Amino acid sequence: METTDISAADADGSVGHVFRRGLSLIAVYIRCHPKPFIVAVTGAALYAVTTVATSVVYGRITDHVITPAFDPDAGVTSSAVWAGVLAVVGVAILRALGIVGRRFFAGMFTARNQATLRRRVLEVYQQVPLAYHRAHPTGELLAHAEADVMAATDLLHPLPYSVAVLVIVVVSAVALVLTDPILAVVGLVMIPVLAVLNLTFTRKLEPLARASQEQIGEVSSTAHESFDGALVVKTLGLEDVEVRRFGHEAEILRARRVAMGRVRATYGPAIDSIPSLATIVLLAVGTWRLSTGDVTPGVLVQFASLFSLLTAPLRVISYLFFDFPQSLVAYARIRGVLEEPIPPKVTGTVTTLPAGPLGVRLDGVSFGYGDQQVLHDVSFEVPPGGTVALVGATGVGKSTLTQLLVRLADPDVGTLAIGEVDLRSVDPVGLRDDVAVVFQESFLFATSVLDNISLGAGFERADIERAARLAQAHRFITQLPDGYDTIMGERGVTLSGGQRQRVALARALVRRPRVLILDDATSAVDPTVEAEILGALRRELETTLVVVAYRTATISLADRVVFLVDGAVRATGTHAELLASEPAYEAMVRAYEQAATASELAGEMTGSGTEVHS
Amino acid sequence: MSRLADDDVLPPGARDGGTPNELADPSAAPEPELPDLDGSLAVLRQGLEAAPEFRSGLRGAIVLAMLSAVGRLTVPLLFQQILDRGVRDGDLRVGFVTTLCVAAFVVVGVVLIAQRFASLRLWISSESALAGLRTRTFAHIHRLSISVQNEEKRGALVSRVTNDVDTIAQFLEWGGISWIVCVTLMVGAFAAMLVCSWQLALIALAMLLPLVPILRFLQRGMVRAYDRVRSRVSDTLTHISEVVMGAAVVRAYGVEERTTATIDEAIDAQYQQQVRANAYSAVVFPTGDLIGSTAMATVIGLGAWLGPDWGLTSGRLVAMVFLVALFLEPLAELSESFDQTQNAIAGFRKILGVLALPVEVPDPEPGVELDDGALDVRVDGVSFHYGSGGPLVLDDVSVYLPAGSHVAVVGETGSGKTTFAKLLCRLADPVGGAVVVGGRDLRQVSGAARRRSIRLVPQDGFLFDVSIRENIRLGRPDATDAEIDAAFGELGLDDWVARLPAGLDTRVGERGDSMSVGERQLVALARAQVASPGLLILDEATSAVDPDTEQAIARALARLGEGRTTVAIAHRLSTAEAADLVLVFDQGHLVEQGAHAELVALGGRYAALYDSWLGNTKA
Repeated sequence: METTDISAADADGSVGHVFRRGLSLIAVYIRCHPKPFIVAVTGAALYAVTTVATSVVYGRITDHVITPAFDPDAGVTSSAVWAGVLAVVGVAILRALGIVGRRFFAGMFTARNQATLRRRVLEVYQQVPLAYHRAHPTGELLAHAEADVMAATDLLHPLPYSVAVLVIVVVSAVALVLTDPILAVVGLVMIPVLAVLNLTFTRKLEPLARASQEQIGEVSSTAHESFDGALVVKTLGLEDVEVRRFGHEAEILRARRVAMGRVRATYGPAIDSIPSLATIVLLAVGTWRLSTGDVTPGVLVQFASLFSLLTAPLRVISYLFFDFPQSLVAYARIRGVLEEPIPPKVTGTVTTLPAGPLGVRLDGVSFGYGDQQVLHDVSFEVPPGGTVALVGATGVGKSTLTQLLVRLADPDVGTLAIGEVDLRSVDPVGLRDDVAVVFQESFLFATSVLDNISLGAGFERADIERAARLAQAHRFITQLPDGYDTIMGERGVTLSGGQRQRVALARALVRRPRVLILDDATSAVDPTVEAEILGALRRELETTLVVVAYRTATISLADRVVFLVDGAVRATGTHAELLASEPAYEAMVRAYEQAATASELAGEMTGSGTEVHS
Repeated sequence: MSRLADDDVLPPGARDGGTPNELADPSAAPEPELPDLDGSLAVLRQGLEAAPEFRSGLRGAIVLAMLSAVGRLTVPLLFQQILDRGVRDGDLRVGFVTTLCVAAFVVVGVVLIAQRFASLRLWISSESALAGLRTRTFAHIHRLSISVQNEEKRGALVSRVTNDVDTIAQFLEWGGISWIVCVTLMVGAFAAMLVCSWQLALIALAMLLPLVPILRFLQRGMVRAYDRVRSRVSDTLTHISEVVMGAAVVRAYGVEERTTATIDEAIDAQYQQQVRANAYSAVVFPTGDLIGSTAMATVIGLGAWLGPDWGLTSGRLVAMVFLVALFLEPLAELSESFDQTQNAIAGFRKILGVLALPVEVPDPEPGVELDDGALDVRVDGVSFHYGSGGPLVLDDVSVYLPAGSHVAVVGETGSGKTTFAKLLCRLADPVGGAVVVGGRDLRQVSGAARRRSIRLVPQDGFLFDVSIRENIRLGRPDATDAEIDAAFGELGLDDWVARLPAGLDTRVGERGDSMSVGERQLVALARAQVASPGLLILDEATSAVDPDTEQAIARALARLGEGRTTVAIAHRLSTAEAADLVLVFDQGHLVEQGAHAELVALGGRYAALYDSWLGNTKA
C-alpha cells in the first residue's frame, strides 16, 4: 500500500477537498487490492442496470400484457404472458447475481485492506525502537491497530453500492428523458430537490450525531470511574452524589439525542414523501398525456417505479460527508505510525562473544529520552561471574540501564561492553542467546506455560523443567489444571504476580544466559522463596548477575552495590561499606526495608490491590 | 416493482465484527442463540415495567405506523383509480383527476406533517425512558454489595449502563418502529391486495410463505458466522496487545519473527471468517428479492391470463403490482430489525438481571446514632460467606476492641482478615452473630452516622478526577477550605502539599493516576482526618512506595490514629509491632490475639511469621 499525500491533519474541511482526498485514499486501497474491487464494481454496475431495467420491464408489461389482456377488442397471447413472466424472473436473477457479486467482493475488498493495514502497523510496532512504545500509551497503540484500521477502511464498504446508486440515478434520468421529455421534467425537478434536502439533512445531523457519540463516551467514562471507585463511594456514602453526576451526563446525552431526533423527524418523512408527491404530480400530468394518446399507461408505471428508486442517494450523500472525513482522520493516524523511522539492521562485521562467563563494563554511558536526560556518565564494571546490585530510588534510571545492557536501546554517549566486546558490534541474534533480562512487569503470552518459557525455541522438556525448578515455579506449575500445558491469560488461568515473575524467570534461565539481568524481577515473590531462588542461581548457574533490588536480603547477596542518584553513580562498594559511608544509602535501604517486607505478613502478594474474597 | 431497499445495512457488528467495547467485555456480545418468543415477550413486558416512560412511546409508535401506512398506500390506490377511471372514451376527466390528485397530495402532505410530530414525540419519550433506565440502573449498581462490584465485574457493569442501554436505543429508533411500521404496512398492503383481487392476493401470499423459513435459516447461519468473526477479532486483539505490551520481552528474547508469524496467522484467520460471514449477508438479500420477483411474475402472469374472468381491471392489476412491491418492501427491513430486536432483548435481559439483584445492606429507617469520640467494637460470634452459601470466609469470630485501642490484623491472603475489616464498616452484614460498635448493633445504625463515625481507608487510594481539595471534601461536604488545610497540617503533610504544583488545587487525573500510590494514600488519610471518625479501618498498601512518601505516610498514620480506635489490615510487621493488640487470622478463624511481645513469646503462628521476617531482613 502506498502512502500518497493523504493527510487529514490539515483542517481544510471544504467538501471538495475532503472529496478529493477521500478519492485518493480509495485509490490507494484499490491499488493495493484491485481484483476484488473490480469484481465488486462490475457487480454493482450489473445491479444498477438491472434495477433500472426492472422498471422498464414493468412499463412494457403494462402496455403489452396487462392493458391488452383487459381490452375486450385486443386480448393477449399466452406467449406474450410467458415473455413478460420470464422477463421479470430473468432480470431478477441477473440483479441477484449483481448483488451477490457486489456484496461478497466488496466485503472481501474491505477485509483484505484491513488485514494489510493491520499487518503493516504491527510490522512497524515490531521494528521501531522500544522508546516509541514508551512514548505512546498502550491504549493508543492498540487503537491504531484496531479501531483506526476499522475507521480508515470504513469508507470502502459502501463504495460499490454508492457507485451503483450513481449509475442508477444517471441511467434513470436518461431513461426518463428518452421515454417522455415532458414527464421527465417532473423527475428532473425532483432529483435536485431530493439532493438539496439530503444535503441539508446530513449537514445538520452529522454534528449532532458526533456530539451524541462523544457524549456516549462521557457517560461511559463516568460510569467506569464511578464503579472503579465503588468502595470509596460506598464508604463515604457518595451514592447520591454519583447518581446525580451520572444522571447529569445521561441527561446531556438525552438532550443531544433528542436534538438529533428533531432533525430526523423533520427531514426523514419529507425525504420519504417526495417520491410519493412527485408520483402524484406525475399522475396528474400523465393522465392528460394519456388522454391525448402521447403516452401509454406503461410509461406512467415505468416513471413511478423509477421515481421510487431515487430516494436512495441519501445514503451516498451522507457517505461522502460522514464516512469520508472520519476515514481520512483515522488513516492519517495510521500513516503517522507507518512513517515512523525504522532503525537500520546491524550491518558490517559482527563479532561473536567469547566463551565462558562474560564481564560487563560501562564506560561514561549517558542516555535520555528526547529532552529528558536519564543517565549521566555512568561507569562501572562487573567481573565475569560476579554479582552486582543496582540500588537507587524509583525513577533514578535503573530500568533504563538494564535496557541498555540488553541493547533495547543504545547509549547516546559512552560505550557498553559485554565480554570486552562493544555491544554495538555484537551479533544481535547471538546477544539474545547469551544475555537474558527479566523485567519487573512479567509479561506472559496467551499460550501455554511451556511455550511461555521456551518462546518457541526447541528446548528439551527436561531443561525447561529444570529451569522452572530453579525459578521455584515447577511445583505450582504442576498443580495447574493442565500442568505445563495450561493456557495463560484471559481465556486461561490467571497467575498471581509472584507466580508470573517466576515463570518469566524460568524463561530466562532455560536459555542458560552468561549474563543475567534481573530488573526487580522477584519483587512480588515471597522473600523466603526469593532468597532460595537467588541462592540457587548463584550455586548452579555460571553467570554474571546484575540485579535491580530493593530488599536488603537481595542486595546483600551481591558482591558489589552500585548506588545511583539522579541518573549518576553516587558510590560503589559492598553493602556494608555503603551502609557505613553513605547516609543517603542507609536512609533509603531502611525505608525500603519497611515498605518491602510486607509480603511475609500478607502472604505472597497477589499484585491485585483489593482482595475481596479474602 | 423493487424499491432500492438494498442499502448496505448489515446487522450490528457485522461490518467490523464487533465494537471495541464489546470485545473488552465478552458478556456484552449478543447471545448467539435465538431467544424463544415467550421469554422475549416476558423480557419486554418486564422492561416496560422497569421503564414506564416507554408506554407513551408505544402509543406514539402505533400512531406513526398507521400514518406511514396510509401515506404509502395512497399512491398505488391513486394509480388504480386513474388508470381505470381517469380517461373515459379517450377524454380526460379533468375534474375527477384533479380532485383525486389534489386529495392524494393533501393526504400525503398531512401524513408527512403528522409523521413529523408523531416521530418526534416517540423519540422524546424513548430518550427519556432510556435516560431514566440508565440512571436507575446506575443507582442500583451502587447500592449493591461489594461482592457484585468487584474488579472483574466492573467492565460488565459499565456495559449495563452503556452498551446494553444503547442496544435498546438502537432498537427503539430503528428496529422497534420498523416492526410496528412494517407489520402495519404489510397488513395494510395485504388488505388492499385482497380488495383488488383476493385470488391474486392469496396466490402471492402462498408464494411468499417459504421466504420465512429460508430467511430464518440464513439468518441463523449469519448470526453464528458473525459470532465466529467476533471471537477471531478478540483473538487478533490479544495478539496485537502482546506485541504492544510485551514489546520489551519480545525484543529482549529476540522472538520478533515468531510473534509476527502468530499475528499473521491471527489476522489471516480473522480475514477468512470475515469473508465467510460476508458470504451469508451477500446471499440473504438477493434470496428475498428473487422469491419476491417470482411471486410478482406469477401475479402478473395469472392476472393477465385469468384476471378478466375474475372480474379484474387493468388498473387493479397495475395497482396489484405496486401493492405486492409495497408488501415485499418491509421484508428486508424486518429481517434487519430482527437482529436489533434480538440484541435489544439481550440487553434488556442483562439490565433487568442487574435490577433484580437484591440490595444486601439496606439502611435502617430511622437508624440510631453513634456517639462522638473513640468507639469500642464488640464482635460477637460472627460468621460470613459471600453470595448464597459457599464456604465460610469467617467462622464464629468473637473479639473485643476497647475504645481508643490500635489493632493490627494479620494473616495470609485468604485468611479472612480483609473480610473482617469490611464487616466492621458494614460493607456487608454477617450471616451469623453481630458487630456492635459503640454499643450499637451496626445493622441498627443509620447510614449517615455510620459513614461519619466509621471510616475505611482502602489501599487502592482511589481518587476522583477533581482537585485534591475537592477529593477531601467528598469525605465531609461541609468542610471549609481552612479545615481542609488544617487537616494536612495536623497530619504533618504541609511539606508535601507545598511541593505540589498547584497545592491542594492540583488535579489528580483520572482515578488519581497522576499521583503515585503513596500520594493517593496520603490524600485518603487527610480525607479521613477531615471527617474525624471514631473508628478508623485502614487497609495498608502492599506495593512499595518511595522512601519519602513512605515516611510521610507513617507519620500521618500515627497522628490520624490519635484518640481514635484504629484497625489496620497490616502488611508491615512494624505496624503489628506498634499495635496494642494483634489479631492473627488463619482460614477464617481468629487463631491468636494479644500484644506483639506476648504473641512472640507464645511461640505460635505469629512467632513463626516474625522469625521468618527477622531471618530475611536482618540477614
